[in-house]
Amino acid sequence: MSASTSSSASTTAPAKRPPVVRFDNLIKSFGDGPRVIDGISLQAEQGDFISLIGPSGCGKSTVLKLMSGLLPLTSGEIVIDGMNPVNAREELFYVFQEPTLMPWLTVQANVEMPLKIRGRPAAERAAAATKALALVGLSERADYYPLQLSGGQKMRVSIARAVSMSPKVLLMDEPFGALDEMTRDHLNEELLAIRQQQAWTAFFVTHSVAEAVFLSNRIIVLSANPGRIHTEVKVNLPYPRTEDTRLSVEYQRLVAEVSRLLRSVERLKTKTAV
Amino acid sequence: MQKKSKIDRFLPVLSGVGLIGLWYLVRALMSEDRLFLLPAPHHILDAFSERGPALWAAAMNTGKGALFGFAGAVFTSFSMALFLSLSPRIRASFYPHLMVLQMTPIIILAPILILWVGAGMKSVVIITFLICFFPMVVNTTQGLVSTDSNLVDFFKMCNATKAQEMRLLRVPAALPYFFTGLRIAATLAPIGAIVGDLYAGSAAGGQGGLGFLTIVYSSQFQMGALFATAIVSCALGFLFVGVVLSFSWWSLHKWHESYRKET
Repeated sequence: MSASTSSSASTTAPAKRPPVVRFDNLIKSFGDGPRVIDGISLQAEQGDFISLIGPSGCGKSTVLKLMSGLLPLTSGEIVIDGMNPVNAREELFYVFQEPTLMPWLTVQANVEMPLKIRGRPAAERAAAATKALALVGLSERADYYPLQLSGGQKMRVSIARAVSMSPKVLLMDEPFGALDEMTRDHLNEELLAIRQQQAWTAFFVTHSVAEAVFLSNRIIVLSANPGRIHTEVKVNLPYPRTEDTRLSVEYQRLVAEVSRLLRSVERLKTKTAV
Repeated sequence: MQKKSKIDRFLPVLSGVGLIGLWYLVRALMSEDRLFLLPAPHHILDAFSERGPALWAAAMNTGKGALFGFAGAVFTSFSMALFLSLSPRIRASFYPHLMVLQMTPIIILAPILILWVGAGMKSVVIITFLICFFPMVVNTTQGLVSTDSNLVDFFKMCNATKAQEMRLLRVPAALPYFFTGLRIAATLAPIGAIVGDLYAGSAAGGQGGLGFLTIVYSSQFQMGALFATAIVSCALGFLFVGVVLSFSWWSLHKWHESYRKET
């Protein structure tokens, strides 16, 4: 896949940093069922923004669940910052498909919750939450309840909650899937703007080719039944990316290419299914 | 929660006046020898002024019984729900027994209770407790186990302990369910205390409640006083439900859908 496979993760090589995330031949099946994920290997370097895209049933959300330790692996290995997924939880944060806010807490208290669970003092929590809410432009809504927010604003709170932890690895499972296109484009830009300030490595599951191309430096196209890596597409569009990026020829070409790949994977799926 | 216009507020008053008119009309049509069966509203008012102290004392006793039984049920059912929510296996073990308790008419237990603790306040409190307990434990348990699974995953991702998950997530998420149970129990508590008083009450030491008073008045054919007792019981019910509804509003209105203002 990439040329960086020479660096081993088990020993700390002083010349080259070990990958932040390493997948080693992941296999996942539920019970006695067929393999949902079949032999995915991958390495992510510090600062990679990796989008996982593929037909439904390709196990892209399952990959995130495995990375967070919410699901156990059938075989293979996931190493995150030198640790197994459960031990690496301090280093990673999961942004769910739904905003997953606690409706009985204010926006501020929602953002503070992960720090509260970790027993950090109130002053530190408040400062981190205030800063994170400023990043997503919701400082003025700190005392609101989720009920009073729009769908886009709720998702912003969810992202603020994630970035307030300054995670090393950020897992996002179609966070903008339920939003209208305008809001989604806007949040994509905001997400990249936040990334300028925080050096997390991102794994981003999406159905939207345009979103994947806009955000990522690497797009992994997965095939379904069982989930395997079909192709990896490198996106060499320079960061920071803005509204103008979407108008560039290279962006348009990449969207077309990934769309074509996705269609061929879909055809493959129909063939195997029949 | 829709806004009521001034006319809408006035309508129940208007229909109430109409009903009282109808009441007098029915009395006017009744034969002389049967009139004692339906006292006129002003006779009931007379009964209030004559029997005021007795009604007040009985209402206080019933209120006390209802309150103690209700409070005991709230506390016990909440602890029980916390325990039941821990695992499906625990629920499978204990739910059938709770059902048995619920299906047994409490009145049947009254003689047993009288033999155990004696007639009077103790029996009344226990009967109220038994009536209030079931809806509360069922609703609260339901609330504690139907937490949004994404939020449970979120807490796992944050490495929350089981105690944190319970305190910071499951208990607050269960509040709307808890209040549903509380509301049902609040309507049942005064009824439970009155029924308990009817069957297991005692006037000894001035412990008689509204149920006991009903027995006395009915044996004396005091129709006005019986109606007055019914009105006092009704007021007691409103008081209980009113307090619970205010408390429910106070803790939920800021964030829960059910209190969302229609705009």
